[in-house]
Amino acid sequence: MDKPRAVAAISAAAAIALLASVLAPLAGSSNISLEAAFQGISPHHEIFFQARLPRVLLALLTGGALAASGVLFQSLLRDALATPYTLGISSGASLGAVTAICFGWAGGVWLASFLGAVIVLVAVLALAHEGRRMSPFTLLLGGVTINSICLAAILFLQNITTFGRSLAIVRWLMGSIDQVEYSVLAALAAAILPVTAYTFLRARDWNLLAAGEEWAASRGVPVRRAMLTGYLAGSFLTGLVTAFAGPIGFVGLIVPHALRLALGADHRVLLPCSFLLGAAFLALCDAVSRTLLAPGEIPVGVITALIGGPVFICMLRRRARS
Amino acid sequence: MKLRAIRAGYSGNPVLHGITLDFAPGEFAAIAGPNGAGKSTLLSILAGLFPRHEGECSLDGRPVPEWPRGEFARSVAFVPQSVRIDFPFTARQVVLMGRAPFADGLFESEADHEAARRAMALTDTLAFAARDFRSLSGGEKQRVVLASALAQSPRVLLLDEPATFLDLKHQVSIYTLLRHLASSGILVIAVTHDLNLASAFASRLILLHQGRIAADGPPVDVLTEANIQAVFDTPARVHRLEDRSWLVYG
Repeated sequence: MDKPRAVAAISAAAAIALLASVLAPLAGSSNISLEAAFQGISPHHEIFFQARLPRVLLALLTGGALAASGVLFQSLLRDALATPYTLGISSGASLGAVTAICFGWAGGVWLASFLGAVIVLVAVLALAHEGRRMSPFTLLLGGVTINSICLAAILFLQNITTFGRSLAIVRWLMGSIDQVEYSVLAALAAAILPVTAYTFLRARDWNLLAAGEEWAASRGVPVRRAMLTGYLAGSFLTGLVTAFAGPIGFVGLIVPHALRLALGADHRVLLPCSFLLGAAFLALCDAVSRTLLAPGEIPVGVITALIGGPVFICMLRRRARS
Repeated sequence: MKLRAIRAGYSGNPVLHGITLDFAPGEFAAIAGPNGAGKSTLLSILAGLFPRHEGECSLDGRPVPEWPRGEFARSVAFVPQSVRIDFPFTARQVVLMGRAPFADGLFESEADHEAARRAMALTDTLAFAARDFRSLSGGEKQRVVLASALAQSPRVLLLDEPATFLDLKHQVSIYTLLRHLASSGILVIAVTHDLNLASAFASRLILLHQGRIAADGPPVDVLTEANIQAVFDTPARVHRLEDRSWLVYG
């Protein structure tokens, strides 16, 4: 795809993301008006800016980060069915969070979760390190194994803890977007946006690596370094947003997949569009989760799984046929 | 390009036992030999993709592993036996990837597009430039991959069985193209199983046997009944026609 078409596609995706971020805060258990919210009329103003907008912003950051890291993992593992969680990052994050909940460190859940993700990442990368190269196959197997070990540990902890905490664990594991402070959002954005921007700038490398390691090496890509930074960047994004939102499935799978069908595989377009539309997608799913059973809520991870699961099965079947 | 006493193998299983070869610009060298003789390993070493080997492989007197990857890729292009891409890149995008070593921005320049167009014209691939690479036939893919290597405007072109999936017309046209590239000063080194194609087009034929050089020279001298019997363990008759050697089996 050449530059003008790329710019057009990215602009369209940005417009959709912007639209979603304005519309999503309007949805919820009480009806509010956008005009009144901006005129500072109570309670429209408070509901829009204090209750809903921070939550929508968290959904945008989370969805964008998950979709962008999904693209990265699919290219680096050369598998369109890979997800941000394939390496076990989310199960590490979950084990961290569950440990914190189990021992009553309510304030430290996100930190424990992020540390869990880091530990799993280091373990999987060390496992897959074969001399001078990193084997995608060993990474996949390592991820699957670590997933099941973490899951076993989570079940163990859930069994020994109190009923109330066990419920909190289940709730966390469903994945949901909660209200956060603007200061937390700012810190999160300051961590996510530069890393995402870095992955955009390296888009050529992901193109070449998606076609194969030798292919990339014979076209000047320092393969080992590029793959390592790719895995680190993708895992950082995934670990960080998972620490705040829990494991939200399928965003990192179906958004990149749909966009590859529409726009092709060029990462210079695919990555920014996935970030923007992943953001819009999760913000809208979260709006649905707030309104479907209002005033009750369904965790957004349930919504994305209900949409994503069938899509994934279709993808699997299509691949089995080809 | 020079090779000095190259030894290499896979996890304690030696494949190459001391290969020494000198290549000069303008040569079209074909490398042939039975399965497992070490042809592809040798080519990988030349391409800088097999770092764990003994001996020295150098370009312009500088050992290949010491070349910065990007700079090396502006001189040496490699066409693997087959390329599998699981993502929806178009043929043109695959060819444009050959311009990556020359990139100075996020997007290709007009000069890059022009180089890709020329490479696609040479390989007769312009007709399906906009098609998904995955939907192409084996032979079409092979030509697109060759175009991608040509887009690198290399001084050295390394090919692993470049004509395996090609029909007769494209076999001849690709080998004619390779001979033409060599005559314009490019060093072309191709691994092949087709000794008659090598005999017809290459300026030099190297026979590898069990990791050693069994014969090396102009194809007309290398293709003898004794050499074929010794290297391939197969009887064949050699006919001379128009100053070339032709192999007839069976």
